[in-house]
Amino acid sequence: MNILLELLQGFGLTLLLFAITLVMAIPLGLLIAFCSMSKFKVLSVLSRGFVWIIRGTPLLLQILAISFVPSFVFGIPNKAIYVGLGITLSTLNFIFVAIAFFINYACYFSEIFRGGIESISKGQYEAGQVLGMTKRQIFFNIVLLQVVKRIMPPMSNEIITLVKDTSLARTLAVAELYFVAAEAVNIHVSLMPLVYAGLFYLLFNGLLTILFGKIEKKLSYFRS
Amino acid sequence: MPLLTVENITKRFDNLEVLKGIDFTLEKGEVLAIIGSSGSGKTTLLRCLNFLEKPDTGLIKVGDEVLFDAEDNTTFSDENIRLKRLHFGLVFQNFNLFPQHTALQNIEIPQRLLLDSEIKKLKQDHRQYRKSKKLPIRQYFDCLIEQKAQRSQYREDRLIDIKDKSLRLLDRVGLADRADYYPYQLSGGQQQRVAIARALALNPDVLCFDEPTSALDPELTGEVLKVIKGLKSKDSTMIVVTHEMKFAQEVADKVIFMADGVIEEIGTPDEVFNHPKSPKTQAFLANSLE
Repeated sequence: MNILLELLQGFGLTLLLFAITLVMAIPLGLLIAFCSMSKFKVLSVLSRGFVWIIRGTPLLLQILAISFVPSFVFGIPNKAIYVGLGITLSTLNFIFVAIAFFINYACYFSEIFRGGIESISKGQYEAGQVLGMTKRQIFFNIVLLQVVKRIMPPMSNEIITLVKDTSLARTLAVAELYFVAAEAVNIHVSLMPLVYAGLFYLLFNGLLTILFGKIEKKLSYFRS
Repeated sequence: MPLLTVENITKRFDNLEVLKGIDFTLEKGEVLAIIGSSGSGKTTLLRCLNFLEKPDTGLIKVGDEVLFDAEDNTTFSDENIRLKRLHFGLVFQNFNLFPQHTALQNIEIPQRLLLDSEIKKLKQDHRQYRKSKKLPIRQYFDCLIEQKAQRSQYREDRLIDIKDKSLRLLDRVGLADRADYYPYQLSGGQQQRVAIARALALNPDVLCFDEPTSALDPELTGEVLKVIKGLKSKDSTMIVVTHEMKFAQEVADKVIFMADGVIEEIGTPDEVFNHPKSPKTQAFLANSLE
C-alpha cells in the first residue's frame, strides 16, 4: 500500500509537469507557428531554424542543456540560483525540466498548428474579406474552429506522447512517477512498482483518449 | 453618371500580363455579362474589382467616389480597402460558405461582425463624449452606465433586424426551410443560393458572380441561374462572369467578350451574340455554341 502512495505522489508531479507544459506550449506554439508563416523572411527563417534544432535533437539532451545554461553561458552556478531564490535544488531542477518540455512541445505543436492553418482553403479567407471582415475577425470567427477540428487527431497523439515523455524528467532527478517507481524497485526488490507505474500511465492516457473522443464528436456537427 | 467606372486596369503576375488595360462603365440597374475562354482574364478582373488582387495601374470609381487609384497610395491601406470592398459583393465559383455555420448563420455572421465593429466605434465615441463633458465622478459613472445600456439596447434591436433580414433573404432564394442546415447538408445549388443571399445581405452597389454555376452538376445550374435572374431589377447592378451563353444572352444588358487580357468586344447581347464584329468573338461563339 505504501508503494502505491509513493507512486501517487510521483504521479502528482507527473501531472504538474504535464499541465504546465500543455498550458505554456499551446500559446507559445501558436506564436511560433505565426512566426514561421510570417511574410518577413528573417523572422520565418529564424523561427523555422529554431523548430528544426528543437525537433532535431533529443529532449533528453535539451533538458541537460537547459540545466547548463546558467553556469556555462552566464557563469552563474546553479547553487547561487536556488539559494538566491530561496528554493530547493529539486524545485530548480523541476523548473529546468518544465522549460525544456514546454519549449520542445511548443515546437511540435507549432508545426501542427501551421499545418492546420495552412490547410484551410484560401477561399475561406477571401470570402471573409469580401464580406468586410477584418483579419482578426476572419481568424477568430471563421478559421479557428475549422483549424481546431482538423488538428485534433495529431494533437491528441502529441499530448499522449507528452504524458509518457514526462518520465524523461528523471534526468534531473525530478521525482515523477517513473523515477519513484524505479527507486521503489530497488528498495522493495520487486518489479511490481514498474507494473503499477505502467498502469498509471495507461489509465491516464485512457482518460485523455475518452476526452479527445468527446471533443472530436462535439466538432463532428460540421464538415470542412 | 455611371454607377461603376473602370479605367485602364492592368495586372501582371510575374511575367504574365493578365489584364492589359480594361475600361468600361456600368449604369445602375444594368447587368453585365463577361464571357471569354479560360485564361482571358475574366476572373482576375472580377478579383481586382473586389480588391482580392491589387491592379498595377488604373482607377475604380463607384458613383463619384474613387475606390482605387494606382497613383494614390492612400487608397490601399488595409482598413480603407476593407470598407471599400463593401461596395462590391462577390459570389464565388465554389461557394466558400463557412462550414461551421448554418445557412442562416452564414448570412448573419458578416452582418453581425460589421455590427460589432460599429459598436466598438460607438463605444469610443461615447468615451470621448464623457471625457469632453468633464463631469463630476458620480455623473460620469451614471453617464457611462446609461451609454452602456443604450449600446446594448441598440445591439439587441439590430440583431433582431439582422435575423429578420437574413430569413427574408433565405426565403428570396427559396431556402426558407433550410435555415438550420449546415453547408454539407445542402446540395451544391442550394449552397450557391445561400452564398448569393449572404452577398446580398450587405447591400453591395455591385454584385459580382464568378462563374457561379461552373462547380455545379448540370441539373443544378438551372435553380441558381433562376435566382440570379430573379435579382434583376432597376436597383441591382450585377456583373456575371459566365460560360452559360444562353443565360448571358437572356439576362445581360451589356456583354463583354474578353480575350488575352483585353476587351475584344463590348455591346448589347444582340450585338455581341448575333452580330459579332471581331473574328476572335466569332470563333469563340462558334466553338461554345457547338
